[in-house]
Amino acid sequence: MLKKLPVARAESVFGDFKGEYTPEQALVEANRCLYCSDAPCIKACPTQIEIPEFIRKIATGNLRGSARTIFDANILGMSCARVCPVEVLCVGDCVYNHMGVPPIQIGKLQRFATDRAFERGDRFFAAGADTGKSIGLVGGGPASLAAAHELRRLGHRCTIYEKREVLGGLNTTGVAPYKMKADRSVEEVEWILAIGGIELRTGVEVGKDVTFEALEKQHDALFIGLGLGPDTSLDVPGKDLAGVYGAVDFIERFKLGQFALDGTTTALVIGGGNTAIDVVREAKGLGVPVSTMVYRGQPDKMPGYRHEWAAAKVEGATAIFQALPVAFEGNGRVERVKLVRLDETKKPLAGTEFVVEAQLVLLAIGQSKLGQLLAGLAGVTLERDRIVVDEHGFTGRKGLYAGGDCANGGKEVVNAAAEGKASARAIDRFLSGEAHG
Amino acid sequence: MVDLSANCAGIRSPNPFWLASAPPANSGAQVQRAFDHGWGGAVWKTLGTPIQNVSSRFGAVSYAGKNAIGFNNIELITDRPLEVNFKEIYDTKKKYPKHAVIVSLMVETKEEWKDIIKRSIDAGADGLELNFGCPHGMCERGMGSAVGQEPSVNERITSWAVEYSTVPVLVKLTPNVADIVPHGLAAKRGGAHGVSLINTIKSIIGVDIDRFVPNPRVGSQSTNGGYCGAAVRPIALHMTAALARTPGFGIPISGIGGVTNWRDAVEFMLLGSSSVQVCTEVMLRGYRIVEDMIEGLEDYMRTHGFQRLDDFVGKAVPGFSEWGELDLNYETIAKIDAKTCIGCQLCVVACHDGAHQCVHPPKNGTSRVPTIDESECVGCNLCQIVCPVPGCITMEAVDNGFTPATWNQHLTEGAKLRPKKGAH
Repeated sequence: MLKKLPVARAESVFGDFKGEYTPEQALVEANRCLYCSDAPCIKACPTQIEIPEFIRKIATGNLRGSARTIFDANILGMSCARVCPVEVLCVGDCVYNHMGVPPIQIGKLQRFATDRAFERGDRFFAAGADTGKSIGLVGGGPASLAAAHELRRLGHRCTIYEKREVLGGLNTTGVAPYKMKADRSVEEVEWILAIGGIELRTGVEVGKDVTFEALEKQHDALFIGLGLGPDTSLDVPGKDLAGVYGAVDFIERFKLGQFALDGTTTALVIGGGNTAIDVVREAKGLGVPVSTMVYRGQPDKMPGYRHEWAAAKVEGATAIFQALPVAFEGNGRVERVKLVRLDETKKPLAGTEFVVEAQLVLLAIGQSKLGQLLAGLAGVTLERDRIVVDEHGFTGRKGLYAGGDCANGGKEVVNAAAEGKASARAIDRFLSGEAHG
Repeated sequence: MVDLSANCAGIRSPNPFWLASAPPANSGAQVQRAFDHGWGGAVWKTLGTPIQNVSSRFGAVSYAGKNAIGFNNIELITDRPLEVNFKEIYDTKKKYPKHAVIVSLMVETKEEWKDIIKRSIDAGADGLELNFGCPHGMCERGMGSAVGQEPSVNERITSWAVEYSTVPVLVKLTPNVADIVPHGLAAKRGGAHGVSLINTIKSIIGVDIDRFVPNPRVGSQSTNGGYCGAAVRPIALHMTAALARTPGFGIPISGIGGVTNWRDAVEFMLLGSSSVQVCTEVMLRGYRIVEDMIEGLEDYMRTHGFQRLDDFVGKAVPGFSEWGELDLNYETIAKIDAKTCIGCQLCVVACHDGAHQCVHPPKNGTSRVPTIDESECVGCNLCQIVCPVPGCITMEAVDNGFTPATWNQHLTEGAKLRPKKGAH
């Protein structure tokens, strides 16, 4: 049984950024789709959803079929519709872009089709005939969920080990609330688990409460679907002051519960990636009057998506570019941050220190990788603590597969879904004696 | 689980969706690929004495930014050697024994019919379709629609085919006639097991206004072609229904004409088609469209509680009658939902210029929601048709206190009619 989320959560204040289509809007947009053959949008989707096909089905009124097409390729199609950076994936590759015509809003159409399926309670897939094999899945996020669902379709029994009490991984604990809230992710988890035959072991941290070797003995194969580790800290004076948080930690706190921001007039976000952009916008949305991102480089070099930064600015987020914190200062709690200007090569410029008042500091400069958990397992290769796998998710150790952030270094939900599914298929081939490992 | 298997005139297929005799069913490789996509049957492109085609063969009507809502062609029957066609039919049937392969035929003399029918059946045809419909080129040679327009010739050639055939014979009818019924009945008298309709409509698809020649242009000349595609569906539906409701007709119908998706197919089936054939939408979008057709039909059947096709084939036929049987006392008026109205006032201009001047611009200066003068509204549907917002304008039945009365009842029994509206 999944643990219920608290009803009162700070994330509830956020609206729905992209909004949902009415049936009329969906129909107009669906009828604009050219139904391309060998469509570029499909190629841009890691899970290879037959996008023109699901859109045509919206246009013909075959809504159930539309959702089936999506879920057949990607069982996390509901959350991906909300959280995918479609601007740089499917929508970015829509052929209409070459005509100078607005591209098809694939994410919104996918959301329309999948939301309707959830509302109707459609079930599309049944578990396959029992093979008698069992697979352990470590981590309860998108990669493991996608893998477990596919393994169930193929008839294998699954057990998911998750250290938290809630499943869904970053979909539940980390997605920007203006894209999706935690309860919607939990609903998706329940919808996926409804295929049956997926046992849950929550509150179990593999590597601590149980060893990988023990799980290998219990199961016919293992899938590691872990995410990333804790936020990276910044080694400057004052790093342990109250009010200094890792960004991912902060996001999880306000998504799953309350977060007191009384008296916080300025939040400073350190970093320039997508987590930094999310959190600077989130702090603003949570009511912090001034929310400012501090990035080492120039604006056009930010690793975060341009469209996300543009949206954050619209929401009132600001930024300081070419600067670096050198100290967090305050009496027990952070009160101000000392920064230094950087030159174009990101080297500090002597004598340029300045101070910004801030009662909340959020570090979004990366997360540790969890590969070390597998260090010492013969056959497993780590590359800067990332688990090295082939295109089927195989680690090189017999029966051991991995996917999602722990293997790809930190990508999108849709990548985790694709990798989980690919691993499931490879595990199936392995268990039937067809393939390696 | 619903059962999609079809039986049209004794020709069985896993589902009612067949490729029509046309370019998508020109070769074995194509038909086999179509079957892999899910098509239940295919009517092979018409066999006869192979012809030579012109270059530039198709034309299309586009409307308001939608390509090819109507389509025409001046292509003729197969241009490939008969022995090649027969070998591919044989191979196809061998690989796909459960799918229906119907061979379309068009020759002239009795001996030719006898020979080509035998060869078709030897190749494995599940059924034959006699092409009495082609309205361009072949009719000039005394075949195609030249046969279909003469009931006596239709009946005679049909009877030859039925005599020589050991598999079901469908007669493909031409819509280029004043009334389809005598032609369907002629086929039935000739012994046909079923009919398929419609073939294409004689047409000029458009004119090149700079070169002063119609399209499609072959050098400096054009000719009439066969019109098809989504735009012809209403004509095809009418002819299908006309035959389906003719007493004494009673043989199966394979519906053709503008089927683009599952919904169109359901319409044909409700009006009496036990299979539907598709060409143009496949030419425009590919065999892949059948996935939605199958899935959409299954969902429709599930939603309505139908187990098999027979549960609904012909279900709308009794809903079609002569004008004189319509209830003149049935009254509807238009209602506008102010909440969803976007204020385009297309209904205002349409009603004022094209109907009964009862949809008016709002008198209130801030609103753009039109008002309806219900005392003048005749319930014509025009405002609803032009409204871009689905569901915004609805036509609602009103109880006017009059008992139902048709024109025929009025004439024969003096049934009381409600006062006319808008007639002043």
